[in-house]
Order: sequence, then structure tokens, then C-alpha cells
Amino acid sequence: MWILRIDMKELSYKLEDVPERYRLLYGRALTSQMIFDEVPPLCHALGPNNKLVFSAGIVTSTSAPTSARVSVGCKSPLTGGIKEANAGTSWAPDLASMRIRALVIEGFPEQGEKYWGTFISWDKDAGKPKVEFFDATGYTGQDVYDTFPKIYERFEGRISICSVGNAGEKSYGNSGIVFNDQAKRPSRYAGRGGVGAVLASKRLKFIILNEKGSPGVDIVDKPLFDEGRKKMIDAIRSHAISKPKGGLNSYGTAVLVNILNEAGGLPTRNFSSGRFEGAAKTAGEAIFETNKERMGKEIYNHACSPGCIIQCSNTYYNTDKTERTSCIEYESTWSLGANLGIDDLDDIATMVQLCNAYGLDTIETGGTLGVAMEAGVIPFGDSKGAINLIHEMGKGTPLGRILGSGTETTGKAFGVRRVPTVKGQSMPAYEPRAVKGIGITYATTTMGADHTAGYTIAPEILGVSGKSDPLSPEGKAELSRAFQATTAFIDSSGHCLFIAFPILDIASGFEGFIQECNGVLGTNWTAADIVAYGANVLKVERAFNEAAGIKAEADRLPEFMRLEPLPPHNQVFDVPDSALDAVFKEM
Amino acid sequence: MRVSGGDATMKVKVRLFANLRDYVPEAKIGTTLEVDLREGALVKDLVDHYQLPAELVKLVYVNAIYREMDFQLRDGDEVGIFPPIGGG
Repeated sequence: MWILRIDMKELSYKLEDVPERYRLLYGRALTSQMIFDEVPPLCHALGPNNKLVFSAGIVTSTSAPTSARVSVGCKSPLTGGIKEANAGTSWAPDLASMRIRALVIEGFPEQGEKYWGTFISWDKDAGKPKVEFFDATGYTGQDVYDTFPKIYERFEGRISICSVGNAGEKSYGNSGIVFNDQAKRPSRYAGRGGVGAVLASKRLKFIILNEKGSPGVDIVDKPLFDEGRKKMIDAIRSHAISKPKGGLNSYGTAVLVNILNEAGGLPTRNFSSGRFEGAAKTAGEAIFETNKERMGKEIYNHACSPGCIIQCSNTYYNTDKTERTSCIEYESTWSLGANLGIDDLDDIATMVQLCNAYGLDTIETGGTLGVAMEAGVIPFGDSKGAINLIHEMGKGTPLGRILGSGTETTGKAFGVRRVPTVKGQSMPAYEPRAVKGIGITYATTTMGADHTAGYTIAPEILGVSGKSDPLSPEGKAELSRAFQATTAFIDSSGHCLFIAFPILDIASGFEGFIQECNGVLGTNWTAADIVAYGANVLKVERAFNEAAGIKAEADRLPEFMRLEPLPPHNQVFDVPDSALDAVFKEM
Repeated sequence: MRVSGGDATMKVKVRLFANLRDYVPEAKIGTTLEVDLREGALVKDLVDHYQLPAELVKLVYVNAIYREMDFQLRDGDEVGIFPPIGGG
């Protein structure tokens, strides 16, 4: 295993052995540790001292199910703190198969106007990866749906692509890093926190992988790994949420729209209500039925990445049976739907496609447009106006640049008081005043407002891993802490977070999850060990943030959520500050 | 539609989601059904009324609050019924 460093100042690379202290660190654990070790916390996120670190998970590139995730770490230009964003893509196992534990992008080219691409392949003779550089300037300023086919045409064999769109090239705080899906679409995003702008700041447009001939990853204890893998597969295939033709495979993540709406926790019109009258038209069921009507048959979802047996990614079709976009996630249909008072699914699909094409994070984009609507730039419900504003962002007009800077900057520019952000990052699709535990996660996670960091929605709304009252703050600090620590480990394992649904409910699945990891690494971890591993990841991230000036005082939700009761429950966010502080103090 | 069992009745509004819609043809997307129940009816009576398979009924929200099967409904209640679902 190597750490591969690409120096964009010298256009050179070097392979280093993985140091002993990183031996058990993968995925998020490794990206966060390396950012902590190597990036000055007070550096400018788009300056020469920031670095980007890519790392696949512990079991990525093995036959473990639903495990093709890659973590991207850096200092975030959006939050000013540490960032880990991850995606499911063939790029992840291809990186791991070449035994690249971490890929580090560092330095800054002298000629700022020129962009570069890198092609990383396996050198059979030398028995290690090699890196070639090419001038990629001609691919900039374009829709990534135009550039990806050109790259597939240029490079022979099966390749995986990592790239950045206009949003990153324009240095937006709202910009993701895009990877290919299984159908060569540029649609799998490490979306949050402005990681795209960091990659573009290095003037690196493409990281292309061809792992042909590479050895793959070692598995220390194959029988143990196989035993764990089988338990995981059984759990995923038997749980109602994750099984074939189950909730996720049929309706995608957007199946959540209706239940959050019924629970009064679907943020509507810039977080001014917990219910949206048009919710059902924007939900997973509506996507499924619209496709059925337009295609003349039931369409089930597909895998975003190799080896996924949950297969939750949808494709949304036009009336002429052509593809409009893939994929409409829950977060996207919410941020560009209910959050904007929009219930036109075709227009929501268009907005998702535009975000992907320009390299924008759909959550941050919807959050920003919600604030812009609150400011009166366009009215709530104006889907055509929203589409135009996304074009302005992609094209970099003066208004588009303000919007591309993110929800918080837009709120300041337009003098809006109701700005749903934490640590500068826009809130996802769950209302903290109606679901208190997720509010604690938003407030305290090292990432800025992020639902995936500690998904207490599972017990609070979905009845997974027990059922707790979403309106009660009681016991929620402990709940959020436990979810955040476990999640930090899952983000390091290489598994998709959605394995949590089956393994939280099925004990043998959880056991299998740990056995898989122990099998690969030769460790003897217990359930307590993996929680401790995750907690350590969080502590490292927290230490970076504190050194960057983001301390406990930043672990708060915006004031309006304590002042304005949210219909239909008419509650404010009433979790005491002491409970928020307890999440990390008692970790 | 009326559920027998007593003289006094009440009206309850019902929404069914995901694959539960397959069991009730009139439960179209965005449709709120209205059903007459006897006074004092429980959530489970409503589930029985629509003959929904017990193993598919995972979550019931009444007036935006999660409720168990033995929760007693009242006139005018709005009920959302879901199978096991997840996302993120």
C-alpha cells in the first residue's frame, strides 16, 4: 500500500510507504488524520497550503456488498473547517485495487490559467502505479456531461473518472467533485463543502484511473471475511428497506418525502413550515409512477457503483422515454422542491440535472435559492425562475457568483434573517424543530449542517433501531453522539451508509460488518472498538476545527430556530446548549 | 365508506404510502381518503378496514405524531400509514 502524492506545482508525483501510524486508517479516518497532520488549520482553503486527500474504505475493492465508497478530505472553503465528503463510484475500488491507500493532491501550479489532467494506471513491469499528466485546459468551462464522453473516448480500456465542473472552476463554496456512475454518467458527487473548488484551485481537472493488471487488496483472514460478507448480504437482502424491490430499490431515497411531511418535519419555503401541500408530487412514489406511465412498465432502481446490492439510484424519464436525469435523491427533490415551494417534478429533475452539469451541490443550491426567494429575488414556487438562477450560477454572472458562494453568503448579501446554516453549510431535509436529535447532529458535527454525520432520523422518524419521540430533546445528545461515532467508522469502512438500516435491526448483519473488517485487516475489533475508532476520528476533526478557530460556540443552530415556532407542531428548537456541548465533552 | 361496530361514527382522513397503495386502489398519489369509523376505533381497526398486511404496516402518524396500533382515533384525525422505509 502506498500514499501517492501528486505535486501540482512541479507536475510530479511520488509513492511513499504507508507509515505504521496510518496502518489501520482508511476512508474518512485517513483523510481527516492526514488533513490534521499536514494542512495548516488557518490556511486559505483555496491557497497553496491546503491539500486534497482521497481514500477508499477498509473493504472497498473486495467482494463486500455495497462498499465502493471513496472519501475526499480537505479544509473546506465553505465552512473553514475540516471536510470529508464521500461518494459511491467505480473510481473507489479502482484506487484501492492499485493499492493507493491515499491519493494526496498538493501544491499550486505557477501558471494559473492552465488546467491539467492526470492518468493513473498500473505499471506491470515496476509493480506499482504510475502517473501521467496531460493538458486539460481545453476541457474547462464546459458541462461535465459534455466532457466525460470526450475523456472516455480519449482513454482506452475501462477507466474511472474524477473531475470538477464550472462551479469548482469558479471557486464556489458550493461545488462538488464528480465521479462516474455505472453508466458513465458524471452524476456521483462528493458534493458538500466546496471540495470541487479545492480541486480546481490546484488546477487539476481530471484524475483518471485505469486499474488494469493491478493486484487488488489483501485479505488477511479470508474465511472470516467470507463469513462476515455472507451475513451482510443476508441482512441487506432480507431487510424491508434494503432488499430487492424493497423501499430503496423501488422508490429511492425520495421515499422519505411523504413520511417527513406526515411527521411535520419537511422543511418548506425556506424553513418556514414543516409541511408542504405539494409534497406527494415530489416524492419517490411519484417518480416511480411517472416513470411507469411514461415507460409503460415498472422501473426499479440501479446501482450507483459496482457491488451494490441495495441499488437505490433512480433514473427519471421524459414523456418521449428519453432520460431527463439520474438520480433524484431525497435531499435534491426536497431542496429544489418543498424548500422552494415547487411541486413540478419535471422542473425539479431539470434542476438536478443542471446542478450535476455545473458541479453544484443540490442541498446547498436549494438552500441558497430558498434564501434568495425569501429575499424576493424570485417568488416561492417559481420553478422556471429557479432554473434560470441555477444557470446564472453555472455561467458565473455577478448574481450567480453570489449564489454560488452558498446559502450563508447569500443571506448576508440580501439581508435575510432566516438563514438555515450551521458553520456556513446549508441544512439538509429534516427540520430540527420537529426532529430534535437531527438538530443536535447539525449543530455539533464537525462538518457543518450534515444529516449523514449522525442520522438520528432512523429511530426518530423511521422506527429503525427502536423508536424515539422526534419532538423530545430527552436523551438525544447521547443518541447523536452514538450515531456520529458509528457513522465515522462506517465512513471509514468503505460501506455505503445505507447498510445501517439492515445492520441496526439485524444483529447478525452488524456482526458480519465487523467480521468483514477484521477479516481484511487481521484485527480483533469488537462493537465497542469500532465505536471508539469512530470517536477518535471525530476528535481529530474537532481538534482541526478548534485550531481553525471553530470552537464549541459554533455548535449552535441559527437563532431563528429558537425564536420562531414551526407549524404544524408549533415548536422551537428547545435543546439546551448544555446538551449540545455534552455531545463532544462526554465523548 | 363505513366500518360497522357501533351506532355513533366519526370521520377519519387517511393517506397510504409506498407499496401500501397497492392494497387500496383508490389510494392514488396525493389523495386523502375519508373513512367512517365507529367512535372509539383504534389505529389497528383502520388497518384492518383496509386489509393491509400487518407485516407491512410499520409506521403510523396521526396528526403528525407517531402512534402505536392501540391508539384511539378521534373524529377529524388525519392518519398517514407507511411500510418500512428508509433513505437519506
